[in-house]
Amino acid sequence: MLIVMEILWAIPILAILMSLLGSNRVRNEYVNLSSSAAVFVTALVLLVFSPNKPQSHVSGYILISPFGNWVTLCTGAVYLLASIYSTGYMRILNITGSQAAKFYGLLEGFALTMLIVPFMNNPGLYWIAIDFTTIVSAFLVGFEREAESIEASWKYLIVVSSGLSLSLLGIVLFYWAGTFHLGPVYSMTWATLHSVAGKIPASLLLTSFLLVLVGFGTKAGLAPMHTWLPDAHSEGPAPVSAMLSGALLNTAILGIVRFMDVLDGTKASIPAHLAVIVLGVFSLSIAAMFIVRQQGIKRLMAYSSIEHMGIIAIGFGFGGVLGIAGAMYQMLNHSLNKSLLFFGAGNAMRSYGSKEIDRIRRVLSFYPVTGTLWLLGAIAITGAPPFGLFQSELAILRAGIGGRNSWAVWVIGLLLIVIFIGFMNHFRSMFFGLEPTPDGSPTMQFNGWLEVPMWLSLAAILVLGLWWPSGMLHFFTEAGKGL
Amino acid sequence: MLTAHLNSLATSLFSFLMTLALVLSFVMLGSHWLRNHVLAFAAESWVIAALSASVAYYGHYKELYVIAGLTALFRGALLPYLLLRLVNRLKIDREFTPLFRPASGMVVGAVLILIAFALSSSIGDKLGITNNITLMALTAMFGLNLIGFLLMVVRSEAISHILGLLVIENGIFLGSQILVPGLPILLELVILFDLLIIVMTFGILVRYLKVHAGTTSSRDLQKLVG
Repeated sequence: MLIVMEILWAIPILAILMSLLGSNRVRNEYVNLSSSAAVFVTALVLLVFSPNKPQSHVSGYILISPFGNWVTLCTGAVYLLASIYSTGYMRILNITGSQAAKFYGLLEGFALTMLIVPFMNNPGLYWIAIDFTTIVSAFLVGFEREAESIEASWKYLIVVSSGLSLSLLGIVLFYWAGTFHLGPVYSMTWATLHSVAGKIPASLLLTSFLLVLVGFGTKAGLAPMHTWLPDAHSEGPAPVSAMLSGALLNTAILGIVRFMDVLDGTKASIPAHLAVIVLGVFSLSIAAMFIVRQQGIKRLMAYSSIEHMGIIAIGFGFGGVLGIAGAMYQMLNHSLNKSLLFFGAGNAMRSYGSKEIDRIRRVLSFYPVTGTLWLLGAIAITGAPPFGLFQSELAILRAGIGGRNSWAVWVIGLLLIVIFIGFMNHFRSMFFGLEPTPDGSPTMQFNGWLEVPMWLSLAAILVLGLWWPSGMLHFFTEAGKGL
Repeated sequence: MLTAHLNSLATSLFSFLMTLALVLSFVMLGSHWLRNHVLAFAAESWVIAALSASVAYYGHYKELYVIAGLTALFRGALLPYLLLRLVNRLKIDREFTPLFRPASGMVVGAVLILIAFALSSSIGDKLGITNNITLMALTAMFGLNLIGFLLMVVRSEAISHILGLLVIENGIFLGSQILVPGLPILLELVILFDLLIIVMTFGILVRYLKVHAGTTSSRDLQKLVG
């Protein structure tokens, strides 16, 4: 399977090299499209044909595990959708020549860094890979070079880097505590840390876990470290927002989950799970408050990402077969659904020429097709049936009932209702509000590149909501045994 | 364990270097001139390089000589050079809108060091550590981290934020030299490289900020809220 992973990395590298070679726009578009399609297929192959047990390669530096492969598949899916959408989006922005080459090169680079992250078996190298995703994506956020987007990208870089420095501190502390039992030099992998965790005093374990949680939680957008997220998601170009939200956040959650797994079986495990659940619930409440009063359309989507990361964190915090299965399922559903919403928001923003919800009115009468797709996506993102997120959120809630932290289930249920009402109210005013649009009717027509990815993601979340094959539950069960 | 069998000369040398690093972070707290910050950071990096070299000598970790050399080169010379160039290009000499006066900043810094010491002693108790060098390394690591965050919180210039982050990283690096000198060398090399890229990225973004947003102070960057 190592060879498949190498192919997975080689594809975007090749694409980056090709984007460096020339600035022919159409060629760069097709290079990026083929790169993303190939990445998606390879990720699928990796997921289907990998053995059920995690396996390490290259003297313990590489870890191929079902959980990592699942995150990779989410990344691959979003990269493919975002690439199709980018083709249309860059055309309506009229970005050509070297600017387009730069954009596609960065997009491929961003995908590459996210494809490296899940395979890092050394927590330190995982940290560095996460850091590289930040660097590349900061340039994508600031791509449009407006005052707001540069401000957002600056904030993103400074908040996330300082957060991540805390997780480095946590990793160093953990490794140091391990030297008392394994000698001054030992290989730093998830497995060795797990093997030594039982011998380290619980309070030190918990200290390093909390540092790691705050650090990677910053990157994953868990409140109260989420402050960079709404800015970065709202100011980057729409396909970049989709990649940030749908793919990047999952890769950061992976680190938290693996560290939580390291603590499994120790005394620190229960408080660690509780800490993750508390952060998750707090993220949900922050998201609920800001969704209800939101004015910017892309910021609305961004707060919904914070909500979903909260739910995923809670799922892993509940643990158990159902909790982990629900959280992993939620990752994929979130990736697909959030891409759909950001594409819809990008379309609306371009046609109405505004990011303000107040200025987007009567979408259905101007854009019956994309409007319907977007509206269905919005219904799906709030967790309504029959879409995928309903299934996964239900699974997570069921995992919590009767467990140690069942209080959280009631809070989540309440907050989900608030979020549903708040979210739908904004869509009601945009779709069925009767007042005329302030700036006249929008005239822009969408090309197929902007619509096809919306169809694709809607179809996927509908299928995932209606059909949960028995093999999938088996896969999640096996994946949960070795994260 | 490195710290288990050290002679008294090595012990004094290590404590001297760690104290020096902490004192240099107070130089940063106490001055509002950005050039002084960069120079203090450079000096602190040289102190850490010297610490790496002495750990390499007394602990027989040969690869730490490489790390010492690279620390001096990257953190002690290249990063300060890039930062000074940035300060000159942006024509920002000093921090204009600090939250505290220098003296109050230093008092807060001293309180943070005390907190770091209390934290380290409590960890030391848990692990049954009586060795002073280990406790001091923990204190310096946490202390520099806290001071780095303090610098980021009370200053508003973009360059001060970068420097705050670098002080945090210096703290972690200093601590890991004493606590885990056996940390895989690959990791240390990549972290050094990563830091260089981060600073270059910051440099580019700060210049964009100046051009497109017209300011590099976080007090004026108030467009994105809610």
